Amino acid sequence: MNDIANGVTLTDAVRVPSVWERGGKTFWRSAAPVVYGLLAGGVLLLLLGKNPAAFYWTTLESGLLTWSGLMQTIIRLAPLLLMSAGFIVAFQAGLWNIGGDGQFLLAAAMVGGLGAYMMGVMPSVIALVLLCIIGFVVGAAWTVVPSVLKAYYGMNEIITSLMMAYLGINLANLLIKGPFLTDQAYVPQTNVIPFNFLMPYLPGTRIHVGIIIALVVLAVVHYIQTRTGYGLRLRVLGANPKAAVHAGISVKRDIITSFALSGGLIGLAAAVEILGVWGYVRADWNPAFGMTLFAIVFLAGLDVMVVIPFVFFFAVIQIGGHEAARQAGLPNDFLLLLVGLILFFMVLTEWARIRNRFSRRRRKQQAQAGAQAEDVVTNG
Amino acid sequence: MDSSVFTTDFFAALITGAILAGMPLLLAALGETISEQAGLLDIGLEGTMLLGAYMGFVVANSTGSSWIGFLAAIVAGMAVNMLMVVFCVYMGRDQIVVGIAILLAMEGLTSLLHAAQFGESYPRLDAVPSYAIPGLSKIPVLGPSAFTQPLIVYIMFALIFLVGWFLYKTNLGLNIRAAGWKPVALDNAGVDVLRIRTIASLMTGALAGLGGGYMAIITAGIFVPFMTGGLGFIAIVIAMLGRGRPVWVFVGSLLFGIALSIATALQLVGINISTDVVQMLPFVTVMIALALFARRSYLPAALATPFVRGQR
Repeated sequence: MNDIANGVTLTDAVRVPSVWERGGKTFWRSAAPVVYGLLAGGVLLLLLGKNPAAFYWTTLESGLLTWSGLMQTIIRLAPLLLMSAGFIVAFQAGLWNIGGDGQFLLAAAMVGGLGAYMMGVMPSVIALVLLCIIGFVVGAAWTVVPSVLKAYYGMNEIITSLMMAYLGINLANLLIKGPFLTDQAYVPQTNVIPFNFLMPYLPGTRIHVGIIIALVVLAVVHYIQTRTGYGLRLRVLGANPKAAVHAGISVKRDIITSFALSGGLIGLAAAVEILGVWGYVRADWNPAFGMTLFAIVFLAGLDVMVVIPFVFFFAVIQIGGHEAARQAGLPNDFLLLLVGLILFFMVLTEWARIRNRFSRRRRKQQAQAGAQAEDVVTNG
Repeated sequence: MDSSVFTTDFFAALITGAILAGMPLLLAALGETISEQAGLLDIGLEGTMLLGAYMGFVVANSTGSSWIGFLAAIVAGMAVNMLMVVFCVYMGRDQIVVGIAILLAMEGLTSLLHAAQFGESYPRLDAVPSYAIPGLSKIPVLGPSAFTQPLIVYIMFALIFLVGWFLYKTNLGLNIRAAGWKPVALDNAGVDVLRIRTIASLMTGALAGLGGGYMAIITAGIFVPFMTGGLGFIAIVIAMLGRGRPVWVFVGSLLFGIALSIATALQLVGINISTDVVQMLPFVTVMIALALFARRSYLPAALATPFVRGQR
């Protein structure tokens, strides 16, 4: 699945790509399907008797063009980017970590549950750092079972990480309704971390520092991917596991570490969202970022420089679309349909591109063959 | 624990609940089994179920016939899986991405349609009549619960054996399994692999759509957005654990069905157990079983890989 699906061969995988050149190409290649998806969504809006222009304008306006909307988008970007970084690490090694939502929620529950208590017994800065580490560790720990089963027994990680996701979601609810339950609220939730103990804002804004953490993490992930031996090993592993074994790569160790790193970054995403925005976790809360990001990261070619604009766009749709849907009297879930449509068009344009490349090559070969034949006729 | 708690009421409620919750799982997981055997990993199963549930409900509501509703659910499920056929079988695109796209699009679409159509009124379907099987329904506890069911339930029980017979004893079934295990061999034998996979995917759509329709028409009597609530994914897990054996798929579905309904049954006799704990049990059991007896999960060799003729 890995080598064909990613569209890379071994030589592709080990080549160090030029960041801007490759990123820019992929970005423009991906702009078209977004437009198609929005157009198709517009047709649907028309059919429902809504004004698509107004819908998209409100989306853009309240997600990007107003200062408060832009701030909200950037705030949302922090957990989304961290989670994407987590997916990149796993996919690069050919591991389908489909249980991201479980890792996210369990980490969120731990951070939210321990947060208020830890803020009370230590300086808030230390508590924030420790809580981020806790989030990372919890997310990473939740990948151990799937990764060990994968590394030692070749057990398919899609099925095991999916099951661990359900366990994680249920366990998070249990923790929130059990040991972490607050007596301050009527709905089951954790204690609330006082507002002034949450992550500090960037000067002059209401954007918490999570976005900086996310960007730094992405830069580090990109560096590891492209400039270190570890990144190279993961890419070889992802491109061709058999070749990795023959190249003397310790496949078991790399599967386990990259899976843990993936879950850890997703756990960190949860910690940043809780410590930056909410301050508490409510039972049955599930933003369900996982599935959409899973697909977005894949379509961005696991390339950090493409993932950032893609995820930014997704954040604009999430924040602005919420308001647009409210004004149009549509359920918020219209956005899911929109993202689904964009995914379909991305798949479609990718297919068209590959087809074109093949047919171009064939034409070239035919032309060469024709020229040779002529050669033979005239000279022979 | 007080032993008088486990009365016949409790077991009857448990069995009824397990069948109500387990049937959609069984159908979806049987469908997923067929796809997986043909080499297709249908991650969008949940989306297929949702459209099946929606269309099943709408048609049953407007025609007043649950049977036409089931038929509509089957057609809707097949329509959804046509996307899978076009994108994954013929274009050879990544099955996981297409599956996620189907899932998101169907979640959005059904919620949107539901809001547009049932924004103000919430019609509810009448309960579907149950039929008692003569003789069997006289068995204490088991009789009134398991053998007094709507007709469609008996058909679903029959499907377990039908799918097993189909996959292992018919020509088409063997072709389907060959398409998943060794598509090149199938191709060399002169069978169109893409056509076989198309048939398999459409069967999956029909079964999963029917599963969704069952949830809307029988279990709930109403359509609610996101009503499948992750059952599609549980069905994928069950299908993978069932390793292509419908009987094991049935056992798995029943296990999960019991887990999903035992909390309600316990409440009936005055025990409050968190549904969170109970719903974890089957997953915990399966994970422990996997960890202890970890074997390769016997997935078809060509699962999730597109077939391109001439490509090795």
